Amino acid sequence: MSAPLLEVRDLRTHFLTRAGVAKAVDGVSFSLGRGEILGLVGESGSGKSVTGFSLLGLVDPPGRIVGGSIRFDGRELVGLPPAEMRALRGRRLAMVFQDPQATLNPVLSIGAQMALAVRAHEAVSERAALARAAAVLARVGIPDAARRLGAYPHEFSGGMRQRVAIATALLHGPDLIVADEPTTALDVSIQAQILAEMKSLAAESGTALIWISHDLATVSALADRVLVMYAGRIVETGPVGAVLRAPIHPYTRGLLDSLPAMAAPGQRLRQIPGTAPSLLAVPAGCAFAPRCPRADAACGAPPPEARLPDRLALCHHPIEVAA
Amino acid sequence: MLGYVIQRLLQSVLVMLAMSALVFVGVHAIGNPIDVLISPDATQDIRAEAIRRYGLDLPLWQQYLAFLGRLLRGDFGTSFVFGMPVLELILSRLPATLELALAAVLAGTLIGVPLGIYAGYRPDGILARGIMAVSVLGFSVPTFWVGLILILTFAVNLGWLPAGDRGPVMEVFGVGWSFLTLEGLSFMLLPALNLSLFKLAMMIRLSRAGTREIMLTDTVKFARAAGLSDLTILRRHVLRLIAIPIVTVFGLELGSTLAFAVVTETIFNWPGVGKLIIDSITALDRPVMVAYLVLVAFLFVTINLVVDLSYALLDPRLRRGGAAA
Repeated sequence: MSAPLLEVRDLRTHFLTRAGVAKAVDGVSFSLGRGEILGLVGESGSGKSVTGFSLLGLVDPPGRIVGGSIRFDGRELVGLPPAEMRALRGRRLAMVFQDPQATLNPVLSIGAQMALAVRAHEAVSERAALARAAAVLARVGIPDAARRLGAYPHEFSGGMRQRVAIATALLHGPDLIVADEPTTALDVSIQAQILAEMKSLAAESGTALIWISHDLATVSALADRVLVMYAGRIVETGPVGAVLRAPIHPYTRGLLDSLPAMAAPGQRLRQIPGTAPSLLAVPAGCAFAPRCPRADAACGAPPPEARLPDRLALCHHPIEVAA
Repeated sequence: MLGYVIQRLLQSVLVMLAMSALVFVGVHAIGNPIDVLISPDATQDIRAEAIRRYGLDLPLWQQYLAFLGRLLRGDFGTSFVFGMPVLELILSRLPATLELALAAVLAGTLIGVPLGIYAGYRPDGILARGIMAVSVLGFSVPTFWVGLILILTFAVNLGWLPAGDRGPVMEVFGVGWSFLTLEGLSFMLLPALNLSLFKLAMMIRLSRAGTREIMLTDTVKFARAAGLSDLTILRRHVLRLIAIPIVTVFGLELGSTLAFAVVTETIFNWPGVGKLIIDSITALDRPVMVAYLVLVAFLFVTINLVVDLSYALLDPRLRRGGAAA
């Protein structure tokens, strides 16, 4: 196996606020091969989005990457000069956001916005940039793309807007796209379409994908591997099928149990008791212990690694599974 | 769109009509112009003759109707003091104010908006703090005082620029303009600077606030994720997004500066309409006052209409006939 496209080691992104240091991402490590699709799952505030923004160097102050390493195609991204980081963004690393209504500029035409993204990296004429934009729009399934370049975001439906955002991310054929809950704001029927299209686009162009979501069902349909985060740390990672079939970590178990599809009709939905800890005061030891049914005195210490072939969980009392 | 414009024009006629009635009644209440116009020791006959000549013996409503009737024929009346047609009088003074106000508002906007955007982009930087200090000064220091200091510094002590008056003008289409010659500009510089300081302060505040807000949105984050440089984001995305409030304030400021540049015009002895109206109020020169204020109402209404129409240019969501959002 060749060197991975992306290798994140002990990444720590903290927000230095007045109230204290919020450890949004605190020691996250993972790697990603070319063309691989990784699902990054967790509740709101688990640090999954901040992890995504850290990869592109887009963490806004007061947030800052305070430690760790991000190696992208053999190059260290942490501490890279802003100009060099900017040259990578959009060209080799791209991002798609949650709400296309908010990401597209309402007063610029689709063509103008996409041409700006083309010309951010290539010295081409406006005409050539627009031609490229039209070609990529056609690829993401926008009918009559060349004619719609002059249209404005409000003239598109939500699904079409997100396709425009995805097309913008694909303009330069990036090696990696970070997709931060890109289907959450869309209708369910559109979600499935976009999901299928993203999967085939990624496969077709060999683009690796990090799919950030709180929705395990989406991730299971899309990803090769899944990474579950809780309170800024990874709690479990492994191939998506194995993890969802038989989770090792009690938190992953809890997430799965709280899916509506898991409950018998008429039965109350199960939920994880309690709420996620404030990132300003993450408990010492295992952060999930206060909500965990299996927790005991041992959980006050940092959790050990529980390994299975190709899988990893950080837990004192992992759930036994047949290997 | 055409129907909308016509509707707005009808509205503006109503506004001007209401304005003229208000001013007519208001000026009548201030005092009798005859007391100012003829000398106190004139005989009763001369006095009565003057009252009849100016139509002041009729009831107020008749005077007003007569005024409206003349207005329809394009006759604003004749100034009591200058003895010349009011329209001619005002139009002879208007270009001076027009170029001064335009220069001040344009300079304030063209300098203020980039400074404000920068201050909003790097709100904690030293330069941004300096810009904001200038803005606070522009808001809080009185215009007349700044005018006097400008004269003292640049005209009296340094001797670089003239202290007042309009200087030579260049005739174009029968109207004299200062901004066409270098010497004319030297006369214009100080009063324009004086007037523009407040506008500069306002534009800095406005664009700073807008920029700070826009910089936090996903639109900017998405543009950065696409690799756009910060300069491109500010120029192409942010500027377009903050344009509507800027154009609105530009219109309001232009209107109020045209109408009320009085203080600066007085200090710099600039022969504009501001000085004319102050002189007319002192002399109770009713035709000039009424015509001037109706004209001001017209200016405001027109500028507001242009501003409203420009919204559709700036924001495609406001264009008629577009798909519903």
